[in-house]
Amino acid sequence: MYIGIGLDWSDPVRYGCEKFVGTSKNKPEGFRILLVKERKKKSAEILRRRRFCLSSPRTNPKSSFTPFFHLQALLSSNLSKSLKLIPLGGAKIMVFHRLSRLGSRIVKELPRERHLPVFGMRILHRSYGQYLQSSPMLQRQTRSFKEALFSNNHKFCTSFSTTSEKGGKETEKINVIFVDKDGEEIHIKVPIGMNILEAAHENDIELEGACEGSLACSTCHVIVMDTEYYNKLEEPTDEENDMLDLAFGLTATSRLGCQVIAKPELDGVRLAIPSATRNFAVDGFVPKPH
Amino acid sequence: MSRYLARYMVSRYFSSASSRPLHVCIVGSGPAGFYTADKVLKAHEGAHVDIIDRLPTPFGLVRSGVAPDHPETKIAINQFSRVAQHERCSFIGNVKLGSDLSLSELRDLYHVVVLAYGAESDKDLGIPGESLSGIYSAREFVWWYNGHPDYSCLKPDLKTSDSAVILGQGNVALDVARILLRPTTELASTDIATHALSALKESSIRKVYLIGRRGPVQAALTAKELREVLGIKNLHIRIKQTDLSVTPADEEEMKTSRARKRIYELLSKAAAAAKTSKADPDQRELHFVFFRQPDQFLESDERKGHVSGVNLQKTILESVGTGKQIAVGTGEFEDLNCSMVLKAIGYKSVPVNGLPFDHKKGVVPNVKGRVVSHTSGDISQTEPGLYVCGWLKRGPVGIIATNLYCAEETVGSISEDIEEGVWKSSKAGSKGLMQLLEKRKVKKVEFSGWEKIDAKEKQMGIERNKPREKLVTWEDLLAAAAN
Repeated sequence: MYIGIGLDWSDPVRYGCEKFVGTSKNKPEGFRILLVKERKKKSAEILRRRRFCLSSPRTNPKSSFTPFFHLQALLSSNLSKSLKLIPLGGAKIMVFHRLSRLGSRIVKELPRERHLPVFGMRILHRSYGQYLQSSPMLQRQTRSFKEALFSNNHKFCTSFSTTSEKGGKETEKINVIFVDKDGEEIHIKVPIGMNILEAAHENDIELEGACEGSLACSTCHVIVMDTEYYNKLEEPTDEENDMLDLAFGLTATSRLGCQVIAKPELDGVRLAIPSATRNFAVDGFVPKPH
Repeated sequence: MSRYLARYMVSRYFSSASSRPLHVCIVGSGPAGFYTADKVLKAHEGAHVDIIDRLPTPFGLVRSGVAPDHPETKIAINQFSRVAQHERCSFIGNVKLGSDLSLSELRDLYHVVVLAYGAESDKDLGIPGESLSGIYSAREFVWWYNGHPDYSCLKPDLKTSDSAVILGQGNVALDVARILLRPTTELASTDIATHALSALKESSIRKVYLIGRRGPVQAALTAKELREVLGIKNLHIRIKQTDLSVTPADEEEMKTSRARKRIYELLSKAAAAAKTSKADPDQRELHFVFFRQPDQFLESDERKGHVSGVNLQKTILESVGTGKQIAVGTGEFEDLNCSMVLKAIGYKSVPVNGLPFDHKKGVVPNVKGRVVSHTSGDISQTEPGLYVCGWLKRGPVGIIATNLYCAEETVGSISEDIEEGVWKSSKAGSKGLMQLLEKRKVKKVEFSGWEKIDAKEKQMGIERNKPREKLVTWEDLLAAAAN
């Protein structure tokens, strides 16, 4: 079930709101939905507020420009592969609260055209902001929205191209290799500043994050396979150590994925995901001395 | 390595090739149940999973066991909700195994039955006076303040004296100590049940004693919870300096476990800080009492049938090899007065008809999650299609995350058995279960029913500035679900 709010872009200054409640099966015809996987943050509160999706409308022949806006999370190129687009008619923008049923619907590619005028963005933001103020549910999202809109918008100022890779300033990425439970290696690229748990989820790697980064569990436990890389990481805080103490299959180079932030020195790091089938005792194991 | 490769290839083969429906029923909707469901759904494209629970509300101890002042631990509910909303998964609440339907009926309806219903009973001390009123298990007390419908009428006596004794020093013991001693202003904005908040507001309990039969190095609590309780404002911690002396055996234990070392250091720091703080008449105190085991409960003279204290025997530690030390009585006794005792010495699972059960360990005998019907010598005969996961499999230990690996092991066994073609017959699955429940007039609650309960609780919570106001009686829950 989701609640969608439609904004009519035929008149960008004033806007109309249309609220509908539907299921993913009976979404109205001609709506384009851009599903964005939100950033994981430490506080559960912020995470919930950001659980919504936006869409980018096709050019509306009626309007003189096509405004759009993206969440900060869109800026990672990995995410562009995880966006699903459904054709939109009538230039409506849908905002879905709590859309994802299975965590995230990770399917298709972004559409070919993406028009990125800045001024349109600002007007859109103002009108959307007005809408947000009127909705108590989304009220708290306004600030995070503003953050998302303006923190990295330099990327879109100059870009009229189709993919987010090309553009003004590209976020640097490092190579990270996950070794999953079956011993399979998965190579991904992680933008600097993103935490490993988030990066894993964006790449469909099976790394659990039960507390969604609140340092209240140990399910995102990863093992840094090379001591050299382990030493390059910041020392774990007391809170992280407390959670690591309880982690399954703890080793001397274990860390919580949500606390490992990508930085240039970690390029090429290999992270193993602990597994019950890896000869670790399920119960009563003795962790190696630390 | 080849074993992993084989399993990987097999699961890939079967997940793509098997469109033949695999009907799975999971009994219990706590972390073990949901992690198992999640992994089964991911491993088998033809799997349909039904999760049943005797309560109308899912999530097990995440809802009814995690303390109200630990909301971040409850975030796991988000992930579990996503699993329940999966198109091949259904949650069916208010269905009790053993009374609404039997285990054998369930096994007839489903290819795979996974029992993940945890541990709903308690270990007993087996000492005189255990049946006096005022003595509760920590589980009952936790369920009372968390609004579990079975214990909303517990009415624990918090007004007779200023002391409460908690037997055990694990995280559950710390949880109940914290709820008893935390200022109620802080609890008012949590999802604690209203009847508990009112009772705590009128509570006269100011001193809580956490009794452990062994020493600080062996305490079962974990660092995060200890740090939290040591950081509560206006709560004075009392630890005897003499209890903190370590023996060489203790040093060994600390060497093998960094967690223990950290806990010991925290307790030492707390003991040192306690010495410098002044005594204040209305202050709240938390006493860590080590090397004492309860010998009997003392009955009150003024209130017959009610507990008035605990008789404790001093203990010393003896090594039993492999780095383990046990507590042994010394013959010296002392009394501790109190008006309430909470036993936080561990949970115990409850067997059902038709289920092999190890009464000594309180678990279902199993090999990697496959239920064992009997063992002769080295060979274990397993029950086809019957599995366990979670506390019912491993005993009541571990954290929420422990179930992740437990589920992985159990689902690994299920996948292996499917590979060997253990089940070729077709089963009725969900349809059969629904027909059976209809026939027996069971008022089942589906996930949409829980969502209605959830919405109502959140709505009521907004009015009182709480994240939710829990519905605490069966009638209220079922009415809200049917709305």
